[in-house]
Amino acid sequence: MDYLLVSVIKTLLIAPLLLATLAYIVWVERKVIAHVQLRVGPYFVGPHGLLQPIADAVKLLTKEDFIPSGVNHFFYWAAPWLGLMFAVTGIAVIPFGPTVDIFGTKVNLGLADINIGLLWILGLGGMGVYGIALAGWSSNNKYALMGALRSSAQMISYELPMALALAAPLLMSNSLNLREVIETQAGFVYGVIPNWNLFTGFQLIGFIVYMICAFAETNRVPFDLPEAESELVAGFHVEYSSMKFAAFFMAEYCNMIIVCSVATALFLGGWHPIVPPAVATFVPTLLFGISAGFLFYHGMNNIRPNDRYSFPFFGVVFAVLALVFLIPGVGPILNSLFWFFGKVGFLLFFFIWVRATLPRYRYDQLMKIAWLFLFPVALANLVLTAFFVTLFNK
Amino acid sequence: MYSLFPPEFFKLTIPLPGYLILSAILFTIGVATFLFRRNVITVFMAIELMLNAVNLTFVTFSNHFGKVDGQIFSFFVMVVAAAEAAVGLAIILMVFRNRSTLQIDDFDTLKN
Amino acid sequence: MDLVLFLTFALIAVACAINMSLQRHPVSSALSLIGVMVSLAVLYVLLGAEFIAAAQLVVYSGAIMVLFVFVIMLLNTGAEKMSKKAGTAHFLGFPLLVILLAVASWVITNATSAMKPVKFGAFTGGGPREVGWELFTRYLLPFEVTSILILIAIAGAYRLANKEMD
Repeated sequence: MDYLLVSVIKTLLIAPLLLATLAYIVWVERKVIAHVQLRVGPYFVGPHGLLQPIADAVKLLTKEDFIPSGVNHFFYWAAPWLGLMFAVTGIAVIPFGPTVDIFGTKVNLGLADINIGLLWILGLGGMGVYGIALAGWSSNNKYALMGALRSSAQMISYELPMALALAAPLLMSNSLNLREVIETQAGFVYGVIPNWNLFTGFQLIGFIVYMICAFAETNRVPFDLPEAESELVAGFHVEYSSMKFAAFFMAEYCNMIIVCSVATALFLGGWHPIVPPAVATFVPTLLFGISAGFLFYHGMNNIRPNDRYSFPFFGVVFAVLALVFLIPGVGPILNSLFWFFGKVGFLLFFFIWVRATLPRYRYDQLMKIAWLFLFPVALANLVLTAFFVTLFNK
Repeated sequence: MYSLFPPEFFKLTIPLPGYLILSAILFTIGVATFLFRRNVITVFMAIELMLNAVNLTFVTFSNHFGKVDGQIFSFFVMVVAAAEAAVGLAIILMVFRNRSTLQIDDFDTLKN
Repeated sequence: MDLVLFLTFALIAVACAINMSLQRHPVSSALSLIGVMVSLAVLYVLLGAEFIAAAQLVVYSGAIMVLFVFVIMLLNTGAEKMSKKAGTAHFLGFPLLVILLAVASWVITNATSAMKPVKFGAFTGGGPREVGWELFTRYLLPFEVTSILILIAIAGAYRLANKEMD
């Protein structure tokens, strides 16, 4: 079939979904942090603040785009969009479902299926630093410049252990194509333990090293030195406002989605479920059914008057979703999507959880962790895995 | 989308001299930058541009002969360029600490 | 399609290279050089060298140029001043370079225009597996020597940049 046509359709479907997801992750983050800190978070725009992202988008779009004096105009303008561009392009190589038959056409769920998928993501991750570095430099502000310098040093340092940690599962899968890597992780050992890279050999160590590096690469707490509010006011984006400010946030969340997807694909078995397939088919239905029941119950015994209408409405939505997973043709496709996005969603929740829990590191501690702890551990893991692969000829 | 172009459009190939002349143009621009510019860092970047131009030639001939050796060579060029950049930039940092300037014209204490 | 992609990215590469040569500020030059490198990566993919294209992105534009930008920002010396000492280079260099380019193009066209043109997809031996195989069998010794070179470079860079050691 027309490869180009299918690609265009897939892109047109995924791009708006991605943008909506980016907007709603902000909502999820605010809600989760609020509940960790015993607050309610956004509440008044829509039921439980569900329309808050739209209000935020309108606010950011209509706000005055203030440009301070003395900035380098071209780079000041280009930096946020450069960062966002590199972040969004990384999404293209992530496979989020198996190859499926849609009206007789074989369609890969995922935009591009290339041989060098992981290298592409690493390359774009390396380029992502330009957005931050240029923003900090062109703003003509001491704090912004310091944030930019910190960010470039931090990202170069953490790329090394990150690449080493990623190399170990690649050795076991014998491919750089993310789709092939996921496909080697299908099946179960002894019928119960999933055959994921995470449970093979020493990859738990590799996974932990990778996740720590992922926090540093995306400039998230506890490694958010480039934008530390309490010491650098807001670091590299202190002089930005309006849509340019939003572009930085979108790039950050997009990078979070990418690192979580890579972790899912390389360590957590992609779209392969954690329980044997006979049970896995009914897990989404069960989960959505329980959620629907929960919502109906709380809608009936409501504390707040507005929940009388909103809770049952979402209960109906969830119940319909639960039933959709049982339809023969569509069910299996949705099932694999459910497992992939479920894992990515859990990792994203983990990022937010950590942000609400841990304090920030000092700058020298940050560098010490990368060079004296993560780098040797990742290297040892790689060497051990290489021996392991050669010995057992996996 | 496909029907916008005639089928011959997808069969157009690129003549080999196209890549080689592009490489020559990039190399010449690199030499020009190296000669005319007075900032140490820019001069250093001109060297990187020349290395890139040469890499393009290697990869082109690797494609032409159907062998991967040219690509291996360009890989080595990249690695050496990385080592060179690390040492070179460290030297530039040292020089800047001593003389607080990056203008090549000011680095002439060995003259006379 | 190949030809259109080639022409587009060749033009971008040349435009970025010229811009790099003309810009007064080192940051602008560095960014233009990154543009050249990225468009060269696309051309490598067109030539079937996937791994080298990825290495170009990771090593050149992701690591080396970040180092350049980092140093430029660290020193932050502003735009380059015009020089009076480069008169000879300007008068003599430019015509000589044009002659160099003309001769090179003439030789290249004469020598290689009869060779078979480049077709996308005709050469598929540039994937990570093939390159890695060659690198660790036939080119193992150069590979190890390069790693020693890098070790020396790390030590040298550390020694040079570390002021407190003296």
